[in-house]
Amino acid sequence: MSIQLALDGVNRSFDGFKAINNLSLTVEKGELRAVIGPNGAGKTTMMDIITGKTRPDSGDVLWNQHVDLTRLDEAGTARLGIGRKFQKPTVFETQSVEDNIALALKDDRSVWATLFHRRTTADTARITALLDLVKLTDARDAMAGDLSHGQKQWLEIGMLLAQDPELLLVDEPAAGMTDAETMRTAELLRGIAGKHTVVVVEHDMDFVRALNCRVTVLHQGHVLAEGSLDHVSANEQVIEVYLGR
Amino acid sequence: MTALIHRRLGLFLAGLFVLTVAIPLGNLAFTDRLVPSYVVSLFGKYLCYALLAVALDLVWGYCGILSLGHGAFFALGGYAMGMHLMREIGDRGVYGNPVLPDFMVFLNYNALPWYWLGFDMFWFACLMVLLAPGALAFVFGWFAFRSRVTGVYLSIITQAMTYALMLAFFRNEMGFGGNNGLTDFKDVLGFNLQSDTTRAGLFVLSAAALAAGLLIAKAITQSKLGKVLIAIRDAESRTRFIGYRVEHYKLFVFVVSAMMAGVAGALYTPQVGIINPGEFSPANSIGIVIWVALGGRGTLVGAALGAIIVGAAQTLLTGWFPEIWIFVLGALFIFVTIFMPQGVLGVIEGTLRRKAAPRDLTDAKEASA
Repeated sequence: MSIQLALDGVNRSFDGFKAINNLSLTVEKGELRAVIGPNGAGKTTMMDIITGKTRPDSGDVLWNQHVDLTRLDEAGTARLGIGRKFQKPTVFETQSVEDNIALALKDDRSVWATLFHRRTTADTARITALLDLVKLTDARDAMAGDLSHGQKQWLEIGMLLAQDPELLLVDEPAAGMTDAETMRTAELLRGIAGKHTVVVVEHDMDFVRALNCRVTVLHQGHVLAEGSLDHVSANEQVIEVYLGR
Repeated sequence: MTALIHRRLGLFLAGLFVLTVAIPLGNLAFTDRLVPSYVVSLFGKYLCYALLAVALDLVWGYCGILSLGHGAFFALGGYAMGMHLMREIGDRGVYGNPVLPDFMVFLNYNALPWYWLGFDMFWFACLMVLLAPGALAFVFGWFAFRSRVTGVYLSIITQAMTYALMLAFFRNEMGFGGNNGLTDFKDVLGFNLQSDTTRAGLFVLSAAALAAGLLIAKAITQSKLGKVLIAIRDAESRTRFIGYRVEHYKLFVFVVSAMMAGVAGALYTPQVGIINPGEFSPANSIGIVIWVALGGRGTLVGAALGAIIVGAAQTLLTGWFPEIWIFVLGALFIFVTIFMPQGVLGVIEGTLRRKAAPRDLTDAKEASA
């Protein structure tokens, strides 16, 4: 299997605080990976570095073993095929649900192409399919700002899928969802892994168990343990810093 | 509700068309001047302001760029046209110099500065009306947006930009007439600027420019690009993560808006007969923001209405009680911000919607959704 994403010896500090400390991590193509860790373990900073929002002080971040991600900005990594879902759902509140998906739909992102864009029937069909998948068909014409918290989460997942990214970085997707919705999200993510590479940051242990995948435990900016959930749960250090006795 | 919003541009354009026919006709067709000549120029001036307001609404209302320096683009367009009008005076100036405008003779210039070359040609001046504000907006926007300067910081540097230009244009050494600016224009393309027919013609042109500006702005905001602009306004960072180069979009809309403001300035200059550095004054640019806020931000038509309402109020109130006009403007702005956050247009449409609601249930449902 080929490697999708490789972080090697990455460091980043903010005002002397080492948020990321000699972090090395590889994710294979098509893999589903969960990243867990206590608050301040560097999970969000890691995502910021991968997506070009934050530049590391040192270390390499390689995409498909040849593209240096540290040279790109957010739009650059997004165009390369990295999609990101935020912890706090951010959708375009004053626009309709349909337009939110349409904006995220994979397409030419240049100014001219966007100015003269005409929506094709294929686009409309794709929007319909995505809305169906995230169960927002009835809310198609509603303002995104009027959706419930859970619906916004789903809309954002729909937008993420609309981008058709190679790699999905998903930050706490289950936050604010009911148990049933949480399980459905896990099922959805398991379903898209394989065709896409998926990295999920999560606190909810039931959710991580439902994902049934390889788990990486971060602590103080570096990898503490890696393996199956049962394997890392048995690790003494992990119990010490994260799971509690 | 949506039908109402789609209709408002049509309604406004219809109203504008009626004015465009009625005002020049009332002036020219009657020997006793049913509409006095000064009113024609006055309304022509309001229409230029309206176009300027639409330009600002395009960047502020739709992309969240609160420019407090849009008066600079307006003034640059005005100066570009003013330079042509100065050249067209020819040897009819006080000093009778066929090439040099009066102020240059007065300041002992021997030859025309290089940047005045070409302005004797009308088409060149028209090109500069678009290019000068466009180029300034491009260079300014390139640096500001690339460095991700946003919000109040961006507003402050746009304000600094127009202030710096004002100080520069006040200097005689700049070669733009210094303090006095450019004035004493005689004619444009051979038409006497003092004649009623020329004034009527300029009025019609201003109305056409406003209509074109509204339609262009409408087309932009209705396109997918318009949706990206609103996305940038509401969640800039999110838009980046979807893959849109936010700085390119901002630059595009900023340059288009600056050119629109330039056209407004170019039509303004011949109608008021003067362009001077006062047009660059930061207070003017803040005034434009007030027009847009008062009319209804992010509605285009509201911005145009706001400019016309404030312009007309200014004319009337400065005539009636000149000392307190500025306080009335301030009070108006505070009143609108507190009691009418959606602007005049928002209040009108809100009232219409409430009236329509009991009769039309589908509309009511839509409005609440």
